[in-house]
Amino acid sequence: MIELTVNGKPHSVDVEPEMPLLWVLRDVLDVKGPKFGCGIAQCGACTVHLNGEPVRSCSVPVSAAAGQKVLTIEGLSQRGQLHPVQRAWIDHEVPQCGYCQSGQIMAAVALLAKNRDPSDKDIDAAMTNICRCGTYARIRSAIHTAAKSIKSTKA
Amino acid sequence: MAQNLIVMTNSFRKSRRDFLKVSAAVGGGFALQLTVPAPVFAQAAAKAKGPELTAWIVISPDDSVLIRIARSEMGQGSSTGLAMLVAEELECDWKKVRTEFVSTGEQLRRNRVWGSMATGGSQSIRSSQEYLRRAGATAREMLVAAAAKRWNLPEAECLAENGTITHLPSRRRLRYGEVAQAAAKIELPKDVPLKDPRVWRLAGKPVPRLDIPDKVTGKPLFGIDVQLPGMVYAAIAQCPVFRGKLSAVANERIMGMRGLIKVVRLDDAVAVVADNWWRANRILKALPIEWDAGANGDATTESIRAFMRTGLDDTRAPVARNDGNVEAAFDSAAKLVEAEYYAPFLNHAALEPMNCTALVKGDRVEVWAPTQNAEATHATAAATAGVPQENVNVHLTYLGGGFGRRGFQDYARQAVAIAKAVEGRPVKLLWSREEDMQHDYYRPMTLMRFKAGLDSAGNPVALHVRDSSHSIMAGVRPQEIKEGVDRHALGGIVDMPYSVPNLRIEFAMRNSHVPVGFMRTVFHSQNPFMRESFVDEMAHAAGKDPYEFRRALLQAKPKDLAVLDAAARASGWGSPLPAGVHRGIAVQDSHGSYAAAVFEVSVSEGRELDIRRVVVAVDPGYVVNPDSAEAQIQSCVAFGLTSVLWGEITLREGRVEQSNFHDYRIMRIAEMPKRIEAVLVPSGGFWGGMGETPLAPLAPALCNAIFAATGKRIRSLPLKNQGLRLV
Repeated sequence: MIELTVNGKPHSVDVEPEMPLLWVLRDVLDVKGPKFGCGIAQCGACTVHLNGEPVRSCSVPVSAAAGQKVLTIEGLSQRGQLHPVQRAWIDHEVPQCGYCQSGQIMAAVALLAKNRDPSDKDIDAAMTNICRCGTYARIRSAIHTAAKSIKSTKA
Repeated sequence: MAQNLIVMTNSFRKSRRDFLKVSAAVGGGFALQLTVPAPVFAQAAAKAKGPELTAWIVISPDDSVLIRIARSEMGQGSSTGLAMLVAEELECDWKKVRTEFVSTGEQLRRNRVWGSMATGGSQSIRSSQEYLRRAGATAREMLVAAAAKRWNLPEAECLAENGTITHLPSRRRLRYGEVAQAAAKIELPKDVPLKDPRVWRLAGKPVPRLDIPDKVTGKPLFGIDVQLPGMVYAAIAQCPVFRGKLSAVANERIMGMRGLIKVVRLDDAVAVVADNWWRANRILKALPIEWDAGANGDATTESIRAFMRTGLDDTRAPVARNDGNVEAAFDSAAKLVEAEYYAPFLNHAALEPMNCTALVKGDRVEVWAPTQNAEATHATAAATAGVPQENVNVHLTYLGGGFGRRGFQDYARQAVAIAKAVEGRPVKLLWSREEDMQHDYYRPMTLMRFKAGLDSAGNPVALHVRDSSHSIMAGVRPQEIKEGVDRHALGGIVDMPYSVPNLRIEFAMRNSHVPVGFMRTVFHSQNPFMRESFVDEMAHAAGKDPYEFRRALLQAKPKDLAVLDAAARASGWGSPLPAGVHRGIAVQDSHGSYAAAVFEVSVSEGRELDIRRVVVAVDPGYVVNPDSAEAQIQSCVAFGLTSVLWGEITLREGRVEQSNFHDYRIMRIAEMPKRIEAVLVPSGGFWGGMGETPLAPLAPALCNAIFAATGKRIRSLPLKNQGLRLV
């Protein structure tokens, strides 16, 4: 049995230690926010936070998450309030098909946790997730908006 | 080598025939009525044999409005746009609108009441706008009539607005929810007039999309997210050489592997069913499989391209258009220009890999599918399971991208076949990215040769085009190929907007074993690259400005001309640029709309390409949601530039060489041009598409800018093979 905490809830799963975290989340724990896109850590649709760090869960064995805290898009809202990044995503009408957006949002949240005022270059470096619909211009604007909104609430 | 390249007669045709059958079986036409109260989808089904209840609109006593959506939502935003058109005429409170996809079982039982469910060709809005607006207007009139009846006052004194009916003289009011029940019993008014789009209040405005909140909170919306009690999971390996077959599998090698439920052999594939997808895929990878590659095991990109070059020289190629006499005009021309162009196969690469969930139980089939054509999925499921159409139901999910790929039904056929093998249990089939990359219906490889004659003033007097291309129609609607000419494959060529007195266009169909299909903007994704680049070559040979050169040839085509002018104006065409920055321009109509683009680029050391500015002007007639329209322009820029810069599917030993995003590169945020200007110039009077047209002029406008910067003419894509690198 492997123990892990997902969105604050402890779970115990009976799976192979090499089973990727993504598939434990999706097929065992029914946490469907993280998406499968490539299976080789290229696209980032499966991005979740492992102890606050963004990881590509398709390529992280569940054993590496044993005893650790996993945060997915489902756990991002606090007390029914959307995260500022989610609100910015709504304000800028970012998603098109929406399939990559869980991963994009988790990557953006991780970026803003480290860098409260990212430049366009910082965004380019941190946001390597693929969006086949090409919502990039709006992702960029939404990250800047979210940064401002986080700063103003913390100021 | 050519004998290896045989005309495709792929199994997709089977489902196409079945789809035609279902279309014929359920007939055309639709009815409109109002169903009240909600939520009554199941009840409506039960009542479908009685007096017809409404198709599109359900109004609850609490005033909430449910609008049904029959077209797939794959990111283009039409599920909001379609609802806006209904709501515009219905005069309901937009804040109370929600939407729901219709199911094919209902569609069939209700005599195709929702019209076509096919989602492609940028058709969703333009081919359903009329009946959707009429549905809204008719329902509004019924609500007004019900209120007037209750008050016993004339309808003409009542006004419907924002979900209420007001009797104007007395200011008495009723909410829609209060009269919806009575309204449902009112006879359908006929020929209710529609609003002039100039007086729209909701449509035409940048209304927030209805699907966005669910898409930022990770809701399980997509086909891949379907979860059913007792569900099992399937992974699949398909014969790596198209048209090959499965020979043998060594099941004994995987016996006892954890989670294994069943190995299912299909004609050209093998699936492993297990208790989760990762285990299914893991077992599949451990399973020794022998394939029979068939006749195409030696094919390579080069062999296919050489086969297609025979189309350029074929002396018997059918003639698609022949105005005047090109040969005579060439003889008297002052200058001749000749060039040959090439565009490779491309993969759609929707981010959600192909998947489908199916349950076969006795003689009934239920399917959950991210499909662009739910009725074709329905027909495919019935045919595969061998059950009557009436025993099938398809639930449409959201699509994680479509781009044309999900109109094909191969994944649905497989899912139902596998479900049949594990009867009684729902099974979710999911392709790996590798399967998705190597089993597409690819954007066709196309070659084109142009020859133009210019007179001494630089005016084009003759143009000869020879197109050697795969035909998508050969696989899906062969009856549309007339005397060897596939006009669909000649889109943008045979119907080019330019006036050239002597014009000859020939088509040599060359179908390899590689399956081809509709990919965003379809032939207008490569043909305009070729035509508009060559027009630039003509302009250069004539010593004329490429914008002015086009203007002179477009005098008989005011809409193409206007959109070209709009792009030129917005970009400041002709105004001075910083040193080293150069412009390129192109124009192309497609999917009922008109588009033109201007690129500004610099190219350092002849290879470092910097895309500094992209201006795209589009005239789609009417714009239903300008915010979604702008999003589609941005989307086309990312999609189009991905193809131009890096897009290329190559073959070796009959199989696709690329396997995943490490070797089939997709644009990322750092590579997206920072300055994209969407210029919407809706001129009204027609309804055009928005999801594909903006892509058409991008490749040539970029390549023409590269020529302006370097003097190097790009005649073959992608740019990575031309020594150009994006910085």
